[in-house]
Amino acid sequence: MADIRNTFVGIKSPNPFWLASAPPTDKAYNVERAFKAGWGGVVWKTLGEEGPPVVNVNGPRYGAIWGADRRLLGLNNIELITDRDLQTNLREMKQVKMNWPDRALVASIMVPCVEESWKAILPLVEETGADGIELNFGCPHGMSERGMGSAVGQVPEYIEMVVRWCKQYTRMPVITKLTPNITDIRKPARAAKAGGTDAVSLINTINSITGVDLDNFAPMPTIDGKGSHGGYCGPAVKPIAMNMVAEIARDPETHGLPISGIGGITTWRDAAEFMALGAGNVQVCTAAMTYGFKIVQEMIAGLENWMDEKGHASLSDIIGRATPNVTDWQYLNLNYVAKARIDQDACIKCGRCHIACEDTSHQAITALVDGKRHFEVIEAECVGCNLCVNVCPVEGCITMEPLAAGSMDQRTGKPVSPIYANWTTHPNNPMAKVAAE
Amino acid sequence: MATGHFIEGIAGGRLSAEQYADNFSDLHPPLDHHEALVEADRCYFCYDAPCMNACPTSIDIPMFIRQIATGNPLGSAKTIFDQNILGGMCARVCPTETLCEEVCVREVAEGKPVQIGRLQRYATDVAVDENKQFYNRAEPTGKTVAVVGAGPAGLAAAHRLARHGHDVTILEARPKAGGLNEYGIAAYKSVDDFAQAEVDYVTSIGGIDIQNGKVLGRDFQLSDLIRNYDAVFLGLGLGGVNALRAEGEDADGVANAVEFIAELRQASDLSSLPVGRRVVVIGGGMTAIDAAVQSKLLGAEEVTICYRRGQEQMNASGFEQDLAAANGVTIRHWLQPKRVIAENGKVSAIELEYTAMNGDKLVGTGERLTLAADQVFKAIGQSFVPAVLNGSVASIELEGGRIKVDAEGRTSLAKVWAGGDCIFGGDDLTVSAVAQGRDAAESIHRAFTSNGRA
Repeated sequence: MADIRNTFVGIKSPNPFWLASAPPTDKAYNVERAFKAGWGGVVWKTLGEEGPPVVNVNGPRYGAIWGADRRLLGLNNIELITDRDLQTNLREMKQVKMNWPDRALVASIMVPCVEESWKAILPLVEETGADGIELNFGCPHGMSERGMGSAVGQVPEYIEMVVRWCKQYTRMPVITKLTPNITDIRKPARAAKAGGTDAVSLINTINSITGVDLDNFAPMPTIDGKGSHGGYCGPAVKPIAMNMVAEIARDPETHGLPISGIGGITTWRDAAEFMALGAGNVQVCTAAMTYGFKIVQEMIAGLENWMDEKGHASLSDIIGRATPNVTDWQYLNLNYVAKARIDQDACIKCGRCHIACEDTSHQAITALVDGKRHFEVIEAECVGCNLCVNVCPVEGCITMEPLAAGSMDQRTGKPVSPIYANWTTHPNNPMAKVAAE
Repeated sequence: MATGHFIEGIAGGRLSAEQYADNFSDLHPPLDHHEALVEADRCYFCYDAPCMNACPTSIDIPMFIRQIATGNPLGSAKTIFDQNILGGMCARVCPTETLCEEVCVREVAEGKPVQIGRLQRYATDVAVDENKQFYNRAEPTGKTVAVVGAGPAGLAAAHRLARHGHDVTILEARPKAGGLNEYGIAAYKSVDDFAQAEVDYVTSIGGIDIQNGKVLGRDFQLSDLIRNYDAVFLGLGLGGVNALRAEGEDADGVANAVEFIAELRQASDLSSLPVGRRVVVIGGGMTAIDAAVQSKLLGAEEVTICYRRGQEQMNASGFEQDLAAANGVTIRHWLQPKRVIAENGKVSAIELEYTAMNGDKLVGTGERLTLAADQVFKAIGQSFVPAVLNGSVASIELEGGRIKVDAEGRTSLAKVWAGGDCIFGGDDLTVSAVAQGRDAAESIHRAFTSNGRA
């Protein structure tokens, strides 16, 4: 049986599935339920500084986009950090940690960007017995207008400064949560590392408007006729999040820095993909908000089954395994040639591959052969773009088949070269480096 | 008080009011909004879609389904009506399982086609309920067209002609318009008087005058029409019912299935409609199924369809046969009627002979079977009665007992077009009649315009 116990910056949990700092981790009631359901850890919903807590809007806080059968694909929220009193949160955190010593409990924190504020709150959090802290530099709505959240995360110098304070004033591991609302995710990650962070977690939510009410011409969610951009999350953001995780994992300056992966993780497979790209564990929010806490049981069983099937004994066998295979475009092998192939037995003759290729790509799929409805790849035209595979409604019906070295590429009329060759040495590249032989 | 299944003879009031209402409720209840969205999402928006090619009226099915999926049911309805102005009824009565849904790629892939018929009903219901009209008449052309028969072919022709600015007079023999949509078809396929609602919707375009109770050959002659109108469209139904050719078939209790179905459709109170305790239906088509199933739903204890050939030769679709079976109708094959047995002039049983194929010829085997019956319905086909056309002008050319037309619906007589059940080569489907009426109307319009007017 695969061992999925997880240690992340020294914090132990029975599995790598944590609940992210968000409404599901707002208070003891929810967190107790989460732990009963099997979650390995939680990042408690972000604490603010002592004093009157923030207030939330009383109208809708969430917006969404849906796929078929109203399957929730993306969620957006404008809820702020905890609107509960700091002492209440601290008291509950302490009790929960005592009740669940084997689970990870991390405190998310967001206080003004002044040293005194951080210096004040850190001992209070430490006293709860929390396993670590996560610095909320990601929240893109509301708090950012007050100079916190993503307003900090978008300025690498601020990140470095605050991380440094935290490392100075607490013995707890520091996880720096990054905002994706930035051009190059490597910059804030490098800054966090420079400040001494133990890990980064990403992504926080993405600035978004999920819809527009076309009767009232107002963005959604709409509060009394107006709307504000919210933070986008859920399955729709997963590809964006995974790229950012991979960018940090493969950046020579941050390589090896622990990463807690976040962004649309809904199933064990999503989690395994994040971990393969370099995440040491994962955090989940939208999936729990959609289906409830029980989904973690599928994640645990699914991850174990997959690891058993593939012979991976522990998480260290999978973490970062895909990172070396993430590269720059310029290093992709231009001598690799693949052609689409349609399995005629599986084909249901919907013709989507044909029309996609005919209208928008390379005119490489037939519609009629000998007067009959028949969809077949014209190898001499196929550039191997994979669009047909992606639009085909039948899984496995169209596949990309690599041409063996030495075989003829009918499109170019040249044999497939067995030699790896990329753009950096290509004759069409004015910047080509001369081969070194 | 319901008399129940077991009263001998032909009796009404066998069921309670609730049972009648339940039995004759919508066979395929309409999809609600969410169901329609989910079902619409199943459509793959195929290239050169097989469903569209299978539709006799060539409705752009992927497009209308996409319009439902994107929250534009009225746009969807227009896409349907552009090709088939009776798309509402076709959505209810088309044997989709042998047309669009049979060739749906999801039928091919998983045996579960997109429910095209029910989606079409969803969209057309929105438009009909709102009486949203999509077409304005062209400037009046001054041309007049007589349409004989207010059935699907005649209505489709009339609507298209009216759109083009021509004035249409429909002469209809029956008291109501709609043809078989009104007088044929099982009641549970067209509830809430939809046939009349659709007639009203279609004629709302204007320029269509329906005159009821006008019988060709009795109240007017074809020659009158040719003389008084610029063109004539014949959309007649089938007036003749084939005989059983069984001894004693004029006994009390032997009836035509089509008349039984019509009576049922017109009944304001189903409990007043008598039905036998033991009913035998002779035939193997849709009419046989409709009569048999409705007999059962009216409270008959035992209903048997007897068809003289095998299951594969039945004209009724597989879906219809299953529907009959699900309602407790027994379908027996390889039996032909020989003798209706009567007691005191009333049917008491029917004697049948087993049949077999001898080479390619159907022959009786000599073995006989007697089924107790107090009601026997004849559903062995209808025939066109051409006599009504004759006498006033040169004879119209027939083929196979029906009117011969070319690809545009032109008959052998100048100025006369025809479509629907009365023409040769049709398939007795509502949707085909609509296509023929529509196409004949376009042909008439072309004839008018190529003559330099309109």
